[in-house]
Amino acid sequence: MAGWTGKLLRVNLTSGSTRIESIPDAWNRDFLGARGVAARYLIQEMNPAADPLDPENRLIFATGPLTGTPVPCAARYMVVTKGAQTGAITTSNSGGHWGPELKLAGYDLLIVEGKAAKPVYLLIYDDFVQLRDASNIWGQGVFDTEDWLRRHLAIPDIRVASIGPAGEKLVRFASIMNDKHRAAGRSGVGAVMGSKNLKAIAVRGTGRIDVANPEAFMKAVWEIRGEMQANPTRKMFSDLGTPATMDFTQAHGGLPAYNFRQGQFEHFDNLNGTAIRQQRLVANKACYACTVACGRVTRLNEAADKYLVNMHRRNWKNATEGPEYETAWSLGADVGVDDLDAVIKAHWLCNDLGMDPISMGATIAAAMELYERGVITDQDVELPLVFGSAQALIRMTEATAYREGFGNVLAEGSKRMGDSFGHPEVFMGTKGQEFPAYDPRAFQGMGVAYATSNRGACHLRAWTCGAETTTMDPHTPIGKGPWVADEQHRTTAHDNTGVCSFAGATGGTTDLLVPCVAAITGHDFSYDDFLMIGQRTWNVERLFNLRAGLTRADDSLPDRLLNEAHTSGPAAGVTVDLNTMLAAYYEHRGWTPEGIPTKQKLAELGIDDL
Amino acid sequence: MGKRLNIIPQKCTGCRQCELACAWVQTGTFQPSHSLVRVSIFDEEASYAPHTCLQCDEAWCMNACPVNAIAIDPETGAKCVISSLCIGCNLCTLTCPFGTVFSMPQGNKAAKCDLCGGQPACVASCPTDAIQLLDTDQTGRWFADWAEHVHFQHVAATADIRQGDR
Repeated sequence: MAGWTGKLLRVNLTSGSTRIESIPDAWNRDFLGARGVAARYLIQEMNPAADPLDPENRLIFATGPLTGTPVPCAARYMVVTKGAQTGAITTSNSGGHWGPELKLAGYDLLIVEGKAAKPVYLLIYDDFVQLRDASNIWGQGVFDTEDWLRRHLAIPDIRVASIGPAGEKLVRFASIMNDKHRAAGRSGVGAVMGSKNLKAIAVRGTGRIDVANPEAFMKAVWEIRGEMQANPTRKMFSDLGTPATMDFTQAHGGLPAYNFRQGQFEHFDNLNGTAIRQQRLVANKACYACTVACGRVTRLNEAADKYLVNMHRRNWKNATEGPEYETAWSLGADVGVDDLDAVIKAHWLCNDLGMDPISMGATIAAAMELYERGVITDQDVELPLVFGSAQALIRMTEATAYREGFGNVLAEGSKRMGDSFGHPEVFMGTKGQEFPAYDPRAFQGMGVAYATSNRGACHLRAWTCGAETTTMDPHTPIGKGPWVADEQHRTTAHDNTGVCSFAGATGGTTDLLVPCVAAITGHDFSYDDFLMIGQRTWNVERLFNLRAGLTRADDSLPDRLLNEAHTSGPAAGVTVDLNTMLAAYYEHRGWTPEGIPTKQKLAELGIDDL
Repeated sequence: MGKRLNIIPQKCTGCRQCELACAWVQTGTFQPSHSLVRVSIFDEEASYAPHTCLQCDEAWCMNACPVNAIAIDPETGAKCVISSLCIGCNLCTLTCPFGTVFSMPQGNKAAKCDLCGGQPACVASCPTDAIQLLDTDQTGRWFADWAEHVHFQHVAATADIRQGDR
């Protein structure tokens, strides 16, 4: 079999047994790989209504047919599970070198089930699979864990995916980190891994990925590389990284600040791509096979020592990765912090402790709003949670991961925190997951994209901002619903190939991936097949969520976005007209007005047996 | 005319396209573990750099080979393993000071960079030009800068030592 390895590795932590199975070829054809095939397994194998932290939950690591090949940015793997933060299916995507290594070890999928009696880590060296005692690394940060495993196993090329203290302590938005700085970040996949007592997965693969039609494949690869080399967005990402996006969102009034109470941040130019490049950038860093290299390697100097407010010992001297656009927003603009060094430190803490910086920053921002309104008082917190306080940001980030003091409240995420204080309105998110850094009042399409995303608010299920601001009116809801649905299909198919979304944004568009997949697998895929695969995957995820107990009411946005417009900036006076877009969206998808896929639609997609 | 690969670690982003391209030439599949150029991890700098055969003038691998299975390509000056002569004794992999001669699992033969006959695939595949093919003349100039740098360091260091003696 070419492209896919056609094999999955199943690890049962309860019994300690491991088994290699083959993946039905029909599933690979119907779902392409990664997110799709994993979702198909998840809905079949577990009770969707089970608690996310129950041993019943499955933790699936999935690669696509292009993962590990030289297609630019083909570095991605997906973590598919029932999210600890959302209670919905989650599909957290990560790059680095871990995903390709799993594929080269010979597995498309890794399914982890059950729960270990004591902390363990998983070692995969091609066919050799072993569960090992992790008591030496339990409690350690992500960086130390990876260093220890590399030294202890004496395999320099080993790749490690692990959780930090946050995952062990079941912080709701804990992430799984691989290659130290790359994160399957959102929806609390790290908490699911922590609930299984699985500290890390170390992988070394010496195998190979076969190609069905080599000449056509390399031709398609070089076509994408040519497109990307000439693409101006690719050049911008190489020069400035994702934080370059900050200038764009600021210009359109879509950079949420102070917990979504402003659409612009007055000190954005302290945090954008140019500021990082001029002040702290050491080098660009790429994931496997990536020709963009948007990763920012940064190093702090002595001036940053003024923020040594953390209680746990830490080496701040090494160069580390970050911040990205999302973190520069969540740990910067959203909490009102305008000091780049503080943002970088908070980002490093999130990486090392294994947490999602988006939810971390947004939760602190919500707490700061409550503090400002006097709901949270000085008795509750160890230091004042005022907007703009870098000390509060850094210390609370650390306290959250270890669940110390008020961090124990923050660790539940802003939805549960808001509810516990009787102020659910401070939660800025959907399905329990906080919004990323695009204000839907400035980009209406993002509103319906957030509301309908199967894994809670996410900007990568359909990123509408670019097209909305260039070819449409970003403030009108007309026509956005159906268009977003189509974008979701395309993005899902793109994810399923195992190629990074940023390749799509920088010239390596989905239609160029079609010939690659066709050549490597030897199956005659067309672009329409891709859209169908995306739609099929999306509907399977939706079915899972409906069975998990989610309803139309969960496809919602907070009142602040629906009723309170910004008073200044380019997006002043605009609120999100969600109902208009949602009705058109459901209709376009062939779902009932209650958001349930019809029998007819499922039959059309060939998944009516589910 | 001798040719060599010049690697500029500062330009490397760690994407391993060179490994994939090399493996493609070696095996016709994507198998980085068979690549003859390897990207090393420098975690404290959060950075990576590729390394491969430097094509030494006095090649230790060539001198060590008991059956003369490593020969010089007249076109490029590259030291190439003649697979049909190699007996798999691994002496070359042991003597190479840089660890860039590999023993391949299949057939246990030695393998090393042969500059792809003058058109290295790694050079073509590198998106940031971190690997370049240089003529030996230019390499001489590049080393002259380095030699100057080393010389000054050396002078400064010996001056420190002498000061310490007094």
